Amino acid sequence: MKIRALIQNYRSNRLLYWMVLPVVVYLLIFNYVPMGGLVMSFQNYTYAKGILHSDWVGLKNFRDFFQGLFFIRTLRNTLVLSGLDLLFNFPSAILFALLLNEVNNLKFKKVIQTVSYMPHFISMIVVAGLILEFTNSTGVFSSIAQALGGQAKSYITFPQYFRTIFTVSSVWQSIGFDSIIYLAALSGVNDELYEAACIDGAGRLKQTIHVTLPGIMPTIIMMLILRCGAIMNVNFEKVLLLYSPSTYETADVISTYVYRTGIVKQKISFSTAVGMFNSVVSFILVLSANALSKRYSEISLF
Amino acid sequence: MRIAPTRSRKAFCAFNYVLLAAVAFCCLAPMLHVLCCSISDPLSLTRNKSLHLIPLFPLTFSGYRSILQVENIFIGYRNTLFYVGMSVLINLALTVVAGYVLSRKRFMPRSVLMLFISFTMLFNGGLIPNYMLVMNLGLLDSMWSIVLTSAFSPFNLIIMRTSMMQIPAELEESAQLDGANDLRILLSIIIPVSKATIAVVALFVAVASWNSWFTASIFLMDRTKWPLQLFLREILVASNQRSIETGLNISVLAEQNLIKYCTIVVATLPILCVYPFVQRYFVKGVMIGSVKG
Repeated sequence: MKIRALIQNYRSNRLLYWMVLPVVVYLLIFNYVPMGGLVMSFQNYTYAKGILHSDWVGLKNFRDFFQGLFFIRTLRNTLVLSGLDLLFNFPSAILFALLLNEVNNLKFKKVIQTVSYMPHFISMIVVAGLILEFTNSTGVFSSIAQALGGQAKSYITFPQYFRTIFTVSSVWQSIGFDSIIYLAALSGVNDELYEAACIDGAGRLKQTIHVTLPGIMPTIIMMLILRCGAIMNVNFEKVLLLYSPSTYETADVISTYVYRTGIVKQKISFSTAVGMFNSVVSFILVLSANALSKRYSEISLF
Repeated sequence: MRIAPTRSRKAFCAFNYVLLAAVAFCCLAPMLHVLCCSISDPLSLTRNKSLHLIPLFPLTFSGYRSILQVENIFIGYRNTLFYVGMSVLINLALTVVAGYVLSRKRFMPRSVLMLFISFTMLFNGGLIPNYMLVMNLGLLDSMWSIVLTSAFSPFNLIIMRTSMMQIPAELEESAQLDGANDLRILLSIIIPVSKATIAVVALFVAVASWNSWFTASIFLMDRTKWPLQLFLREILVASNQRSIETGLNISVLAEQNLIKYCTIVVATLPILCVYPFVQRYFVKGVMIGSVKG
């Protein structure tokens, strides 16, 4: 019955079906075929035998990863860097939007907004270049440390500073641009609610807590779901540009480990397995974050 | 209703202005520093290592002159322009057409297809299978590997579709009565009223493609095909590690640093000059995208 309706629909809208075909073919080739390529993680893939004839090894690659030296380290670093992002980056954009919202001078507001969006448009390579320039032994932070009685050093080469540098620079990169969505939500909060609160004698701070925050809560929760789903996807390109063997201890994340073992050392099957672990955990995280939010706040992405 | 501001309110406002100005300053300072350093005397810079918000005299443009002689920058610029241009064209073509189809209520499988498309945002094969795909397609070391792997983004499709769904159906219906087919409707009705959203998507694609470097770094061995960002990486990131290892003499180092500053300026200025004028499109894009993420 449904198939007949579909055929009927195709007959009267033939052109639409043909128009959407390129995107479907594109996604099949460039997104779904690689998902099929995940079977390599259950094989001992060799270029000579190819994906169809390589030997099956079951879960060996996964076992090797979980029992290997780097599982704990890369997982910990991934979670810590993401956790710091969630702890500092996420609230800072909300706070920034709230503070901007208190500004009455529109011109001032506009200038602050434009300037704070700027870092978002600077390429990751240049950002990495800037970070290296500011944190090396002849950089600005070294001279500040020297003025305070410390010593000049190339901070980015010490594992104990990596997380700080990574997180602070991420706040710098995204505080302005991430605030856009909250500013939009703030402008949608009903003015009458503020007036009512005012009549009830609520001060500015109370208004913020009882009117503003509940007003933008749906947006905050939606962004939080997205962030939680992305916990496994640390900004991999940035880590890759900033880390070095001396900082692997705190900097090496799962995706950079995949890159090194797969692309550099060409251990295809093993690195596919590690990558698949990352994708699967990510997928589960998005679904659970979404389900949790649907249950407790009736807000969901899908 | 207006209430006279209390003293604590006034204090808060003053504090708030100062704080926001400080945030804005922090956003601006690093680039200003680089800009000032790029025209400062390189030897004075090695003696005075603070944050520079005004250039150190005597001013020099020798860094920019040396860059003009570096052929790589030109090759990089040329290739990047090619990648940006092709990416924008292909992305727009795919996104506009698919956005049109998926925003038509009379297209029955639209929700199934949306699921098919959105699923790729939630799950992917990961780095290695993608790499193997490009290899098996014979695209390694080809410029098309860069263009094809970034030819379509589900996120942009959602923006396009959301905005096309808001176009009143009457516009389309009257054209249908005149016997116009879908291609005609798309070209003469939908595209003209969606110009702003098309600009949003074009800008998203252009900036992403201008800044992208990772795919190029794994797919392209041939330096004549490298985008600007890869040459930048060589100058900014790789050279940093080298200069730590080998203690070069101070004037050579100073000269090298000057070139770094100038490269950053030359590679970033085009985007920084354009973004204040197009930022409203980005804001719009973020907002449409957030309607249904």
